[in-house]
Amino acid sequence: MPGKLKVKIVAGRHLPVMDRASDLTDAFVEVKFGNTTFKTDVYPKSLNPQWNSEWFKFEVDDEDLQDEPLQITVLDHDTYSANDAIGKVYIDIDPLLYSEAATVISGWFPIYDTIHGIRGEINVVVKVDLFNDLNRFRQSSCGVKFFCTTSIPKCYRAVIIHGFVEELVVNEDPEYQWIDRIRTPRASNEARQRLISLMSGELQRKIGLKVLEMRGNAVVGYLQCFDLEGESGLVVRAIGTACTLDKLSSPAAFLPACNSPSKEMKEIPFNEDPNPNTHSSGPSTPLKNQTYSFSPSKSYSRQSSSSDTDLSLTPKTGMGSGSAGKEGGPFKALLRQQTQSALEQREFPFFTLTAFPPGFLVHVGGVVSARSVKLLDRIHNPAFVGIMGNTRSYKLLDWNSFNSDEPETRDAWWAEIRQEIKSHAKALGCHAVVGYSESTSICEEVCILSASGTAAVLNPRFLQDGTVEGCLEQRLEENLPAGCGFCHIPYDELNMPFPAHLTYCYNCRKQKVPDVLFTTIDLPTDATVIGKGCLIQARLCRLKKKAQAEANATAISNLLPFMEYEVHTQLMNKLKLKGMNALFGLRIQITVGENMLMGLASATGVYLAALPTPGGIQIAGKTPNDGSYEQHISHMQKKINDTIAKNKELYEINPPEISEEIIGSPIPEPRQRSRLLRSQSESSDEVTELDLSHGKKDAFVLEIDDTDAMEDVHSLLTDVPPPSGFYSCNTEIMPGINNWTSEIQMFTSVRVIRLSSLNLTNHALNKNFNDLCENLLKSLYFKLRSMIPCCLCHVNFTVSLPEDELIQVTVTAVAITFDKNQALQTTKAHVEKSLQRASTDNEELLQFPLELCSDSLPSHPFPPAKEHLESASSNSGIPAAQRAVTVEKTSPMGEGNFRNRSAAPCANSTVGVVKMTPLSFIPGAKITKYLGIINMFFIRETTSLREEGGVSGFLHAFIAEVFAMVRAHVAALGGNAVVSYIMKQCVFMENPNKNQAQCLINVSGDAVVFARESELEVVSTQQPAANCQPACTGGEVTT
Amino acid sequence: MTSELDIFVGNTTLIDEDVYRLWLDGYSVGDAVALRVRSGILEQTGATAAVLQSDTMDHYRTFHMLERLLHAPPKLLHQLIYQIPPSRQALLIERYYAFDEAFVREVLGKKLSKGTKKDLDDISTKTGITLKSCRRQFDNFKRVFKVVEEMRGSLVDNVQQHFLLSDRLARDYAAIVFFANNRFETGKKKLQYLSFGDFAFCAELMIQNWTLGAVDSQVDDMDMDLDKEFLQDLKELKVLVADKDLLDLHKSLVCTALRGKLGVFSEMEANFKNLSRGLVNVATKLTHNKDVRDLFVDLVEKFVEPCRSDHWPLSDVRLFLNQYSASVHSLDGFRHQALWDRYMGTLRGCLLRLYHD
Repeated sequence: MPGKLKVKIVAGRHLPVMDRASDLTDAFVEVKFGNTTFKTDVYPKSLNPQWNSEWFKFEVDDEDLQDEPLQITVLDHDTYSANDAIGKVYIDIDPLLYSEAATVISGWFPIYDTIHGIRGEINVVVKVDLFNDLNRFRQSSCGVKFFCTTSIPKCYRAVIIHGFVEELVVNEDPEYQWIDRIRTPRASNEARQRLISLMSGELQRKIGLKVLEMRGNAVVGYLQCFDLEGESGLVVRAIGTACTLDKLSSPAAFLPACNSPSKEMKEIPFNEDPNPNTHSSGPSTPLKNQTYSFSPSKSYSRQSSSSDTDLSLTPKTGMGSGSAGKEGGPFKALLRQQTQSALEQREFPFFTLTAFPPGFLVHVGGVVSARSVKLLDRIHNPAFVGIMGNTRSYKLLDWNSFNSDEPETRDAWWAEIRQEIKSHAKALGCHAVVGYSESTSICEEVCILSASGTAAVLNPRFLQDGTVEGCLEQRLEENLPAGCGFCHIPYDELNMPFPAHLTYCYNCRKQKVPDVLFTTIDLPTDATVIGKGCLIQARLCRLKKKAQAEANATAISNLLPFMEYEVHTQLMNKLKLKGMNALFGLRIQITVGENMLMGLASATGVYLAALPTPGGIQIAGKTPNDGSYEQHISHMQKKINDTIAKNKELYEINPPEISEEIIGSPIPEPRQRSRLLRSQSESSDEVTELDLSHGKKDAFVLEIDDTDAMEDVHSLLTDVPPPSGFYSCNTEIMPGINNWTSEIQMFTSVRVIRLSSLNLTNHALNKNFNDLCENLLKSLYFKLRSMIPCCLCHVNFTVSLPEDELIQVTVTAVAITFDKNQALQTTKAHVEKSLQRASTDNEELLQFPLELCSDSLPSHPFPPAKEHLESASSNSGIPAAQRAVTVEKTSPMGEGNFRNRSAAPCANSTVGVVKMTPLSFIPGAKITKYLGIINMFFIRETTSLREEGGVSGFLHAFIAEVFAMVRAHVAALGGNAVVSYIMKQCVFMENPNKNQAQCLINVSGDAVVFARESELEVVSTQQPAANCQPACTGGEVTT
Repeated sequence: MTSELDIFVGNTTLIDEDVYRLWLDGYSVGDAVALRVRSGILEQTGATAAVLQSDTMDHYRTFHMLERLLHAPPKLLHQLIYQIPPSRQALLIERYYAFDEAFVREVLGKKLSKGTKKDLDDISTKTGITLKSCRRQFDNFKRVFKVVEEMRGSLVDNVQQHFLLSDRLARDYAAIVFFANNRFETGKKKLQYLSFGDFAFCAELMIQNWTLGAVDSQVDDMDMDLDKEFLQDLKELKVLVADKDLLDLHKSLVCTALRGKLGVFSEMEANFKNLSRGLVNVATKLTHNKDVRDLFVDLVEKFVEPCRSDHWPLSDVRLFLNQYSASVHSLDGFRHQALWDRYMGTLRGCLLRLYHD
């Protein structure tokens, strides 16, 4: 019995009237965990019952603790007939299972009913006593921390980033069981909610086990999704990045590593990994790669040497950098070879992170993506493998034999796609994929599986066993020019995977860079950006014939390459039109419907100082002899040029003029090329690689040869920029804005349109879809106008096609107000800085503080180094180790602060404010504690749609309720915010004729405790604000 | 392309004050959009009419969902579904319970029943206030009435506690409830010149002095019903006009004191007995419910109108009433001084408030 779960039911309030005669309710509560149920007494005739129950105790395995949700049902006692259920509360007790998170769950939870929505609230206290169990064959993985955040969480540092973990479980969907025909919708919904809760618990436990196997202690960038495959079942799958995290508040773990390199610490990696010949043997665990273990003392001696590149030393450690000027070629190869071997042992060298500790990301190759079309009906067996023992009610339905193949089938599908991604990355000269994500789109029996990420070369330092020496980073950064290293091409110039046009980096002028860069990650904090960024979207629809099974799959497979090509072209054109040269956070979603395919790509465009200035867009007509046509063309051309000029002004893009002599190579003509490798495969067989670049043709010549092309150009120009005072991006932060105020507003907006005509053309469809998205954005700007000046961050569009003629777009984002005056100043300073950097070769100047640091650090005591750091802060070139020093200082205090606060919400009777944000941070505040993952799934159904205000009223109320339930759970954990919040699914179905509608919503995020910066400053002598600015947060993670 | 569904849900519920006002005023979405367009919002923000339509719909939906909670404001504070900053909550409640002067004058003193509700159509046409808004205001009155009806303690405090209204608004509701409970007639033509403020002022004085709560703060309904015993006792005042000697003495006391101080002395002297008879008779009749209802009609008929026809200035009315009340203390044969003060103290305040054009 490794755990005891204790539950106390305190009181209820605002209960609904269940007895019409008395206008009151005789409520009691059932508390269920696993197979055990307890009941409270009936509290008669009250809408605000005070049960004040005893402690209900459940003695359970920790395996069950992880899988099972605590189920609380509020009922109305009825002497003569069956008791009526008022509603339920599911509580995930996972946050109580690891010591650092919450210790108690206590608070008011909305009582939820899938038919009536929220019906009053119930006050519950939950505690867990865990007994240590040292059984090494255990099935549970209690203690592994989960984070939705796709960067290293703020109060931790990454000791090792182990890599990709994935798992999926499959079950039959209760909605499609025969029993569903006879049971009530409520029972069916509850069965589904419970099943999914169980499955996600199980999934999390299994992933946890994998992490423990890898000797990690946390999963970062955890993304769990559901595939509602209808008849063929329900898949819950998750991916994440296994890490070993250290809490920053424990000084012991930190100080020896960076400040006093004690012998004992250094010895550890060797002791743990005594086997040096890994290259040939191929160790069983991917972690053991002795090649990259090195003595910290050695590295110390090295880092105190001069900044001259000493190649005889660097290759040994394998982490120098590929950017050492002349020797770059061979060195790069060496680096790749070595890091590759570190990663090759992993099946999939993927990372779901989108932001990284400084120095982690060496080069970025470009976006890699893979899609595959699958038929679901080929697999038709319910599988109970996943949740044995928990499926009593479903066992009845097992008319078929067990088929344990199914999860494997799904696994195989994904493995195939991942393999493809891996090979694409390899083609780009990269050994790893970062910002990796997976998604599906299902329509009837056809399913498109998609995966995408950014091919990258990583610094192996974080990937290995042993203590990572933070001080080494200085070495790295000396070699890598700050803010442009990641742009340098990782692939071989002479053997490029696709035709690309390279130039010398506009920043360091030593390495080659491409002229455009597409990535799925956030903008690296040290990147030098000119001006501001903006949200760029490509939208596309393609009609397809209705077809069945394989014919349908084939049709879709045939359409996909064209869609990808067009989406890519649109992105490229829009990027050029904005006068920018790089895309971050790129997410391409392809959605399949009965009779159409939709493509929606969102990304944040920026102007990277390291990349060449983008050329304009040229328009060419096919029939040059026609005079009036010529005139028209030139008119269009003028419009395009004007737009580019206007955008440059709007986004403050004024890159410094660089003469050719300084560059040392001719400024290239703008050419389009593609970083995008993709492929389709139907049922896994052939892998087609499509060259998305336009070959030798000058890509930025748009040929207008028919009306469609003309319309395309028009639609390019119809994208209206946001009204003044508004900016938008889909990444965490907006480049060029860094003085956020604490005013944030997270929101979800949903729109569904019905396509009117029967004879839709691709063109009309495109226009409808484009208008839908544009109008939605316009509405958001209007709604949030009181927050100006403001930026919509992490704008996340999701498209689905619920029915033949319906298009549904769901947007979740956060609006953050910033201080305009300051913003202007900093931008100016930024521009000036980059100007300076580009015009004069001031690398030495930049290096100066770094060298000073590295010299002073080993010899000087702590404080002077810190002071030095503060003066150099906000610049991109700070040695990460030192940054970590300052951050470290805050943490113990932050911890203390938390203790003070944690008691506060409990004592407070009024409803406390819980902030929600899709970002990993809260502006103007510091996260002091992570309380655990929030992962909730709700179903809401109605048979009185009109009475509830139609579809809009129904969904509006439901989403508000979902927010409320998330907030209540966070508050009960003692938290005051959810970060990295995401609405992963919002499946809406309606049947207005029957007056019915149903909606499924799945949300997740990290519950945290934050403290306002102003509160923190009282106790600390820290550098102001900068500490929590996202631009600097990366530093916390290193050493 | 038609929009099937269009919603916006913020973690903090967005409240647009202007749209809230339009909603409270009972405008349909279409009318509200038209009014917003006319306000020039499109030019200011560069938005399109479609955006405005969607925004208005959205706010209306939000308000509609909040309305259930606004019916019991403490629920709005404790509910978990809509995260609204306290200042916004207060604004929502205060505006929701605010009412139109024109409307309240129509229903003041009427029974808050279904019958009255049926007349809202006419009231709407007469006042130009939309029927929807009339219904909201009427339902607010009725709801507050039902909740505080049988409660112990101060009426104003009860209203404030259960509806979280500002002090000013809570006082107004106390007056409305008090009037509705006692069914004072306020709609007669003669009374049309009086504002709600006039009545509310009188109501407050009457609650303070004439109800059960004025003598005992521990009874139910203490601020709602007039003190029956007190009303019964008022019969004793009859002697002031029935006893001719007492009346004459009273008159001479008042005349002596006011001679030379009053611009309308001769008119006062001529009318004294009529006025006094009027004021005392009002008191003695208050045992009948019917006469209680007609209190304001009687006061206007018996006192305000005669004085007004003689063009008494307000300062003279004040002097007269002060002297009229005070002189009774010098009447040796009169034993109900305390009763007189309780009656006349309030009545004097009311009359002075009622005395205007």
